[in-house]
Amino acid sequence: MSVLIYAESHKGHFRKAALEAVTYGKKVADLLGVECAALTLGKVENAGDLGEYGAAKVFNVESVGDFDSQTYTLAIISIAQFTGANVIVMSNTATGKSLAGRVAVRMNAGLVSGATALPTMDGGVFKVKKSVFSGKAVADYEITSANKVISVTGNAIVPEKSGAAAVAVQPLNIEVPASRVRVKSIKTSEGIVPLPEAELVVSAGRGMKDPANWGIIEDLATALGATTACSRPVADAHWRPHYEHVGQTGVAIRPNLYIAAGISGAIQHLAGVNNSKVIVVINSDPEAPFFKAADYGVVGDLFQIIPKLTEAVKKYKSA
Amino acid sequence: MKILVCVSKTPETTAKISFNSENTEFSAAGVTFIMNPYDEWYALVRALELAKATSGTVTLISVGGIDVEPVMRKGLALDANDGVRIDAQPVSSMFTAFQIAEYALSQKYDIIFTGKETIDYNGSEVGAMIAEYMNVPFISYATKLEISGNTAMLERDIEGGAEELEVDLPFVVSAAKGMAEQRIASMMGIMKAKSKPIQVLAPQPFNNPVHVDRFILPKTKAGVKYVAADNMDELVRLLHEEAKVI
Ligand SMILES: Cc1cc2nc3c(=O)[nH]c(=O)nc-3n(C[C@H](O)[C@H](O)[C@H](O)COP(=O)(O)OP(=O)(O)OC[C@H]3O[C@@H](n4cnc5c(N)ncnc54)[C@H](O)[C@@H]3O)c2cc1C
Ligand SMILES: Nc1ncnc2c1ncn2[C@@H]1O[C@H](COP(=O)(O)O)[C@@H](O)[C@H]1O
Repeated sequence: MSVLIYAESHKGHFRKAALEAVTYGKKVADLLGVECAALTLGKVENAGDLGEYGAAKVFNVESVGDFDSQTYTLAIISIAQFTGANVIVMSNTATGKSLAGRVAVRMNAGLVSGATALPTMDGGVFKVKKSVFSGKAVADYEITSANKVISVTGNAIVPEKSGAAAVAVQPLNIEVPASRVRVKSIKTSEGIVPLPEAELVVSAGRGMKDPANWGIIEDLATALGATTACSRPVADAHWRPHYEHVGQTGVAIRPNLYIAAGISGAIQHLAGVNNSKVIVVINSDPEAPFFKAADYGVVGDLFQIIPKLTEAVKKYKSA
Repeated sequence: MKILVCVSKTPETTAKISFNSENTEFSAAGVTFIMNPYDEWYALVRALELAKATSGTVTLISVGGIDVEPVMRKGLALDANDGVRIDAQPVSSMFTAFQIAEYALSQKYDIIFTGKETIDYNGSEVGAMIAEYMNVPFISYATKLEISGNTAMLERDIEGGAEELEVDLPFVVSAAKGMAEQRIASMMGIMKAKSKPIQVLAPQPFNNPVHVDRFILPKTKAGVKYVAADNMDELVRLLHEEAKVI
């Protein structure tokens, strides 16, 4: 019995999600009193650093090719067999969502995807919590199978160095069958923290009136180091890219700070953002439903308020 | 082209979420159910477009009791050809995926569509599981899908960007926003749907490895603290000193 963490990498580097998964996996291993190892796939720089986050061993299979959930699953399963792992931990990212279900089927394992807290063990009963009904409730799942797969939702745990040192990476070779998937291109916007990972988010809605007005939102986001988001009608009208759309039918997020300007706070919007630690609502309508879900509210014209807030943030940052 | 679309029912998006007194079951009393939006708006519509372009067919499949039939009829009204219902409560994603795969393996589908996720259990699990049971590729969160011969060209969402890829048929794909535009059923479609066949099949035995032990409703917020519109320094101070988020 042991825990195996699949630590995903992008262009050879780990993002926060991978460090969260390792931190989580290490804590699961401690809970079960077993060892934990991490697996990296493809060419990865400084993979041994995962040792600092608690991985007692770090394995790497370099020759896996482009991302294909089928071949990556085979790689994870092979290493799980090799290490005798019965608990697999990964991130609940686009990659994790393509893999977790496959790995669970292969291992006959109960899966909880998008775990929001560490598991609990009570009289041999293993339970994991996740958010359900688009954030309107939490479900505590019991996994009854010996094998278990957990994917960890973004910002559910803070990456934590356990005090251990980096370890030597152990390269492994496995037979990976030819893939039926051919990746043609990968386009990512550099320098912007993806929404599910973002700790600070500035979001705007139809109250902005026109896409040309978004400069003030971007200025505020830049001043804060935040990622921008938007309500659904704004994305539907192509005022903003669709990946910025948060809510029940968009991205669900749980940042530390969510600033919503010119968004009314419809139930479907709240569903995707109500797990934010702190919500600030800026709206000219004092009756806007969003104020009921807010921690801080500012009633007034966002075109006046946002630039002032940006100035105040800049002042605070330079102080 | 022969296409299978997995459809599920979910509470309508404004439904009040509450549970029985033991917090073990969702209280469905008074709740309106709809077709899961991702299944309807994106998966089904793109499947219908592809079937039309290739003179193919679209079959709907749902794992559920008789109460999912209204949702399936809606899909048939949008123009799907027929439906298959596995007559069992979808007790877990793995159970659901296993039942769908068992059925699909007995047929020859070129593409199996799922929605990106269900808006009730938010698993995003079923698609990948079906693909593994069937040993075929799985493409998650696809926002574009074009077919040319035996190959599909897809675009899918990844963190902070998009990936373009090619995959050979058959495969499972989960559909996200961008894949198609929501449609409204025509009067004619609704009439025709009434007489389209829904085949009802018994589930295959399956050992379920996971279940919900208990639901928990979130704590309500303490209440909003208002800050004057001309005092943004105060808001920044509160975010720093009180909320400690910046
Ligand atoms: C099935 C379904 C799923 C949905 N999923 C989502 C989802 O995932 N995400 C989502 O966001 N929505 C979703 N919606 C849509 C949702 O119901 C609302 O229609 C939408 O969130 C409203 O967007 P909004 O707040 O930007 O616009 P509005 O509701 O039009 O609100 C604009 C707000 O701006 C304020 N305002 C106007 N001018 C100013 C100003 N100068 N200064 C300050 N404030 C100003 C107004 O007072 C108002 O409150 C869904 C709907 C359905 C039916
Ligand atoms: N009971 C079900 N019957 C048929 N398809 C389902 C069922 N539950 C989920 N699905 C499909 O799987 C997708 C992902 O669901 P989930 O893994 O629950 O988020 C949905 O969008 C549906 O296409």
